[in-house]
Parts: sequence; structure tokens; C-alpha cells
Amino acid sequence: MRAKISQHIAFTILTLCGFAVVLPIIFILGFLLVKGLPAINIEFLTAAPRAGMKEGGIFPAIVGTLYLVICAISVSLPLGVTCAVYLTEYARDNWLTRLIRLSIVNLAGVPSVVFGLFGLGLFVIFLQFGSSILSGSLTLAFLILPVIITASEEALLTVPKSFREAALALGATRLETIRTVVLPNALPGILTGSILGVSRAAGETAPILFTVAAFFLPRLPHSIFDQAMALPYHLYIIATQVPGIPDKTKYGTALVLVVLVFGLNLIAIFFRNRFRKRRKW
Amino acid sequence: MKRKKIKEFLWENLIAFASIFSIIILILIFVYLLRDGLPVFSVVSIKDFLTGKLWYPISSPAKFGILPLIEGSLLVTALATAIAAPLGVGCAFYIAEIAPPKIRDFLKIIVELIAGIPSVVLGFIGMVTLSVFVKNAFHISTGLTAFTGGIVLAFMAIPTIATISEDAIYSVPKDQREASLALGATKWQTLYKVIFPSSLSGIIAAVMLGVGRAIGETMVVMMVCGNSAVIPHTIFQPVRTLTATIAAEMGETVRGSDHYHALFAIGITLFCIAFVINLIADVAVRRKGARA
Repeated sequence: MRAKISQHIAFTILTLCGFAVVLPIIFILGFLLVKGLPAINIEFLTAAPRAGMKEGGIFPAIVGTLYLVICAISVSLPLGVTCAVYLTEYARDNWLTRLIRLSIVNLAGVPSVVFGLFGLGLFVIFLQFGSSILSGSLTLAFLILPVIITASEEALLTVPKSFREAALALGATRLETIRTVVLPNALPGILTGSILGVSRAAGETAPILFTVAAFFLPRLPHSIFDQAMALPYHLYIIATQVPGIPDKTKYGTALVLVVLVFGLNLIAIFFRNRFRKRRKW
Repeated sequence: MKRKKIKEFLWENLIAFASIFSIIILILIFVYLLRDGLPVFSVVSIKDFLTGKLWYPISSPAKFGILPLIEGSLLVTALATAIAAPLGVGCAFYIAEIAPPKIRDFLKIIVELIAGIPSVVLGFIGMVTLSVFVKNAFHISTGLTAFTGGIVLAFMAIPTIATISEDAIYSVPKDQREASLALGATKWQTLYKVIFPSSLSGIIAAVMLGVGRAIGETMVVMMVCGNSAVIPHTIFQPVRTLTATIAAEMGETVRGSDHYHALFAIGITLFCIAFVINLIADVAVRRKGARA
């Protein structure tokens, strides 16, 4: 009987732990929706900020963030997928493989602001890209590389060995097998990983602080060597650096950023779940 | 046939090269931190840098002691871990062992979404809601304190701790749990006497990675912790962390100045801390592998 009671108490506590995680996120979403929704209109989404950012919209910041993530993913997706292909298809269990894995884990653990310093030292100053979309997106690309590698590796591992053996038995080379059999079957999983990478890149602030972000640039960037505004950095400065910004604008900006990132995450999750269910093997 | 072989050879080498890219990046990060960080040690010794109690980077003579910043980081991280570790691990046990399948799937999505909230948004919300609450609840002059930052960071560390602990719990062999239940143990007894001990090293790894997440976080602590670079005496006091110092001061410093190099040296310190934390987590995971 005592065992039953203690089980009851313990499970109640664990259940509370489980749901304690849900409450804050409901609060955050509800709070942002209530406070931010009144700010959202066509002008807010399509106009540049005016009057010291007190009026107008956040269009340049949205576009800047889009540029940044598109450039970042186009660098890190090919790199990450290739690395995952090596790890799953070629790598033997030797010191090099262990070193590669160790460095991926450590890369994932490097604080984002340290990535910012690195980007500043290498891209902005040493390679003289200056504060630009190029510097920022390369920094972000390296930041999300571990995410892409891990997700792609997982996707590649789900392709059954028999698929590979069948292709090899038909006379395909190892590379042909990877290109025509393994990669197409792993594609949905790889896409999921890249969407998660994009959402991570879209929300990061610290790495772009010194590599790309323009405090106030009420026009669209002309090239990848141009500075740009970005949503997370814009939220940071209107929330803390510039006095007198209407609350509505701050909440509106936060809401747009959260909707963008959550939207991407939900797409990725939905996509992955469908892919897992649909798997024929 | 020969051309095909050459093509294959080239491609495979390219693949091998891309795979060592993460090693190259990691080395590059370290090299660039050293390159811009080491020069500060001609102005201040490593010992004074790490144990100096004063951080006055722009007064003259400038003082580059990062002890207050280290203590700020440690205090906030300790608070965050104290909250996030029990909640995160508890959540993982609920998801893995107790929750009905529908609730489990729902919670897993929620946890994943929390991991995706941009830190600047959490910092902003902590600033406008939690800090006001803390200020009024404890009757203090400012709500931007280590305590406030610890709570928000805990929320950020929970997904990391929960997901990795959950994996560790799932990896406990089924026959162990069945053997325990067959001997007449209740589900709870099985959970804390069988499953918890065998997944412990994985849980330790999870908590360590959560610690790493909290100590490396920048935007939240910069917005919520009040940014005062003094050694904290209570948790209801503004503190400044290593990360926030870099982020807040890099924009205003002159490139190539002592201050600039000092900020990179803080970057080296952070890099090393993160490296050690990851190493501990890695060792913990490996031990699990050896025992299973």
C-alpha cells in the first residue's frame, strides 16, 4: 500500500514537471499575440522604419533576415550533407572519425557570441568583407553546421542497408549508389534538418551583432557586401537601446520574429512526422 | 571507364575534405580568438586577468579583471541549472515513462518549440514581465537581477536537458525494466531503482549540456541581468556575465585597442569553458556506452 501511495505522489510530481514546461510557452505566445497583434498591419510589414524607428514598419529587417538565412543555408547545407555522407557511408571507426565527431559536438557547444567574435576576426577584419551580409551569413552558416550534419546523418542512417546492397549488386559504384539511391531516400530528413537550421539562424542575435547588423538602415541592402538590418537585432535595439519606441512596435516585432521561427519549426516537425509515417520499409 | 574512375576518385576526396571542415572551423575559431586575444596579456598578466576584481576597461589606467564577470556567469548558470535540471529531468521521465502516447507527442513538440524560441524574444519578455514581477515581489529597486536571468535561462536549458535525458531513458534495455516489474516492483520503484541508475550517466551528460547552453547564452543575460560588473553578494542583484560583456562592449571599442583584445581574451575563456563542459558530457556518454 505504501508503495502505491509513493508511486502516486511521485507520478503526480513528474506529471507536474511535464506540464510546467507547457505553461510558460502558452503564456509567452498569448502575451505576444495580445500585445503584438494590434501593431501588425500592411504598413508595419511592408514599410521602412521612420522617425527614429518610432513609426513605419520593419520591412528592411524582415528582408535582411531572409537574405541572411538564405545565404547561410546555401553554404552550410552542401557542406553539412557532404560531411554527413562521409560519416555514414565512408568513415571507418578510426581516430579521424572520432576527431570529426568530437569537433562537431564541440562546435555545437561554442557560445554564439564567440561565433560572433570569430566572424569579426576572420570575415570582417582579416578577409576585409566588412560588416556585411556575407560576413554575417558565413558566421551563421558555421553556427548551424552541426545542426545540419546531425539531422542529415540521422536521415542517411534510416535508409536501409539492403537498398545500398541492391544498388551495388547491380553494378553501381559507391558514389552512384549514394547519388541515386541513398540521398533521394534521405531527402525529406535532410530537408527537415535544414529547416531547423534556418529557423535557428533566423533567431540568432549574438553572432550578427558585430558581423552584419546595421542599427538603422531604412533601405534594402544592395548586395551581399552591404550591411543589413535583421529582425532579432532590430528587436534588441528597439527594446533596450532606443528610448521612446512605442510598446506596440516592440511587441509587434517580437511577434513577427516568433511567428517566423515557430512557423519554420512547425513545418519541419510536420514534415518529419509525415516522413516517418510514410516510410515503406 | 577510366574517366569514370577518376571522377569517382575526385568526388570521394572532395567528400572527405568537406567532412574535416568542422575540425578546420573549430581550429580557425580558436586561432582567431588567440590572435586577437593574446595581445592583452602584454598589458595584464593571465593571473590578474582571471582573478582581478575590477573591470574598468576604459578608465586610465584601464583595469582588466574578469573575476566579477566569471562569478556573474557562474551565479546565473548555477541558478538556471538548479531550476532546469530537476524540471528537465522530471519532464523527460514523464514523457518517456508515464505520459500516454498522445500527450507524449504533444509535449515533445512543445519542448522542441521552446528550443526554437529566439533568445532575444525570451530576453525581451523576461524584461517586460518577469523582471517587473520580481521587482514587486521582493521589493527591490530593480528587477533586472541574477535571479531573473536564472529563471529565463532555466527555461532555455530545459529543452536541452529534457531531450537528451529522454534519449538516455529510452536507451535503458527493456529486459531490465521487465525483470524489475516481474519481481513485483511498482512502476515507480522500477523507475527510480532501475531506470534512473542505468540512465544516470546520460542524464549527467544532458545536465552538462544544459549548463553549457546557459553559460554561453548572451542576449537573455544582457537584457535581463542588469549588467553591472561587480562581484555579486546576493542573487537579487544585477550581475554581468562573460558573454554579455563581449556583446555589450564590442560595438563601442576601438579595433586593436587593449579593450578590444581583452574582449577576445574573454572569448578564449568562454571557448575553454565550453570545451571542458562538452568534454565532461562526452565522457559521461562514453561511460554509458561502456556499461551497456
